[in-house]
Amino acid sequence: MSATTLLLPALMIAAVWFLAALDGALAGRAAGRPVGPAAAAVEPVRATVRLLVGQRRSTLAADGLLRWAGIVSLIVAAVLAAAVVPLGERPLVDLSVGVVWFNAMEVVAWAAVWLVGWGPNGALSLVGGYRFVAQGLSYELPHMFAIITAALAAGSLRITDIVDAQAGLWFVVLMPAAFVAYLLSAAAMAFWGPFDAPVARDTAGGAGSELAGVDRLLFAGGRRLLLVAAAAMAVPLFLGGGHGPWLPAWAWVLLKTAAVLVVLVWLRHRLPTIRMDRWAEISWIVLVPLTIVQALVVALVVLARGGM
Amino acid sequence: MVLAVFCVLSLLAISSGVLVFVVDSMARATFCLLVSFLAVAAMVLMTGLAYLGVVIILMMIIEMVIMAVFMVMFMMNPAGLMPMSMFHNTRGAAVISGLVFTGLAAGILVVDWPQRRGVPAPDPTVALGEALMGGHMLTMMTLGVTLFATIVATVVLSTGRGRYDRLGDDLDAERADDPAGGGVGR
Repeated sequence: MSATTLLLPALMIAAVWFLAALDGALAGRAAGRPVGPAAAAVEPVRATVRLLVGQRRSTLAADGLLRWAGIVSLIVAAVLAAAVVPLGERPLVDLSVGVVWFNAMEVVAWAAVWLVGWGPNGALSLVGGYRFVAQGLSYELPHMFAIITAALAAGSLRITDIVDAQAGLWFVVLMPAAFVAYLLSAAAMAFWGPFDAPVARDTAGGAGSELAGVDRLLFAGGRRLLLVAAAAMAVPLFLGGGHGPWLPAWAWVLLKTAAVLVVLVWLRHRLPTIRMDRWAEISWIVLVPLTIVQALVVALVVLARGGM
Repeated sequence: MVLAVFCVLSLLAISSGVLVFVVDSMARATFCLLVSFLAVAAMVLMTGLAYLGVVIILMMIIEMVIMAVFMVMFMMNPAGLMPMSMFHNTRGAAVISGLVFTGLAAGILVVDWPQRRGVPAPDPTVALGEALMGGHMLTMMTLGVTLFATIVATVVLSTGRGRYDRLGDDLDAERADDPAGGGVGR
């Protein structure tokens, strides 16, 4: 038990390192300074060490307690969310309400980013915090409809049951719109890719603008941990979990998670940051009805198959 | 062990609830309230109601973050820079809460609690769904639509701009006149 408990954070940190290396490589290529694979792999380690030895920044009349609570809860929530993702056949904790647990842990990001934005008593970081709340209100409903559609098709909120239900057909085939909505919300909940307005350059780094040293390291790390957890959850929900030929289940889970991460990193470098007002309308006018119709279609398929 | 966890959680719930009125920053007050709710959610989890407990965690986090926005927006002294008090009508409140506490505590001791009949359902989530939706589907549907209608009506009544402001007196403007542009291009 304890070995598996330690394995999950270790795997997540490895995934974060992979994510950061890939992101750095793509950023270098886009900037016209291509870096080799070895240099790209070393760069996240170097950045980590630099932040570890860097000085922390303190601001006037900061609420240090709330800022600390925000940073810590982001990291803790990401690991707890990943605890229900099956790393092969079984997850660390096989909850009967795994889907709802994942959802509850992932909304901790709302509180975390707002707190990190509020804590330093800085205008720009506060703007970032509020932007994330607006973003949350936009992505959360399509996200909930998407994950509940997967649970609906399996007739269970338990993640392992959802994986078992995909032995024949992956849910991405049955519910492509829900998968796309999930992928977008995965990027949005980690304020990643086109949804990085809460930490965007136009506000000098937004919610993270007043963070330096180890604070910045933990906030940036927690954000990437959350992205890894969300990408890993796409695998049991839509991509068949450990199902696949030849390789063992754990290898398929790792491969599929890496593939989802690659797509998310690629999207980040292909798409510009989207403004909150635009994203809110797209989300509420397009994605919410789309995911509701998707859930309806899946419900009809389940009824036609004689489920329920 | 279970008793110890229960005591810790209930102390946490009560003390963070008290802190809501002690701290002088709206942000801290909101998140103290959130800690209190999360402790209660953990107690619901202890009773074996996994779905309800996790849903309380989910709803309370979303609710408290949105609440933080409104509390900071509408309350005095959002950042704790000026002294303010969360107390109003302290004497009346003390009398009322003392009476309520005495009544409830007396109820615990005086009521003749019934013996348990039957056994817990194998899956409390299914039992809850059956109880809510099985015999009372019409009630729940009506309730849902009523709540939704209330929300829509509240938004309609509170918004300063209607469709005539957006699309002109004859509702025939080419493009809606919105203060903030959307992403769909209506």
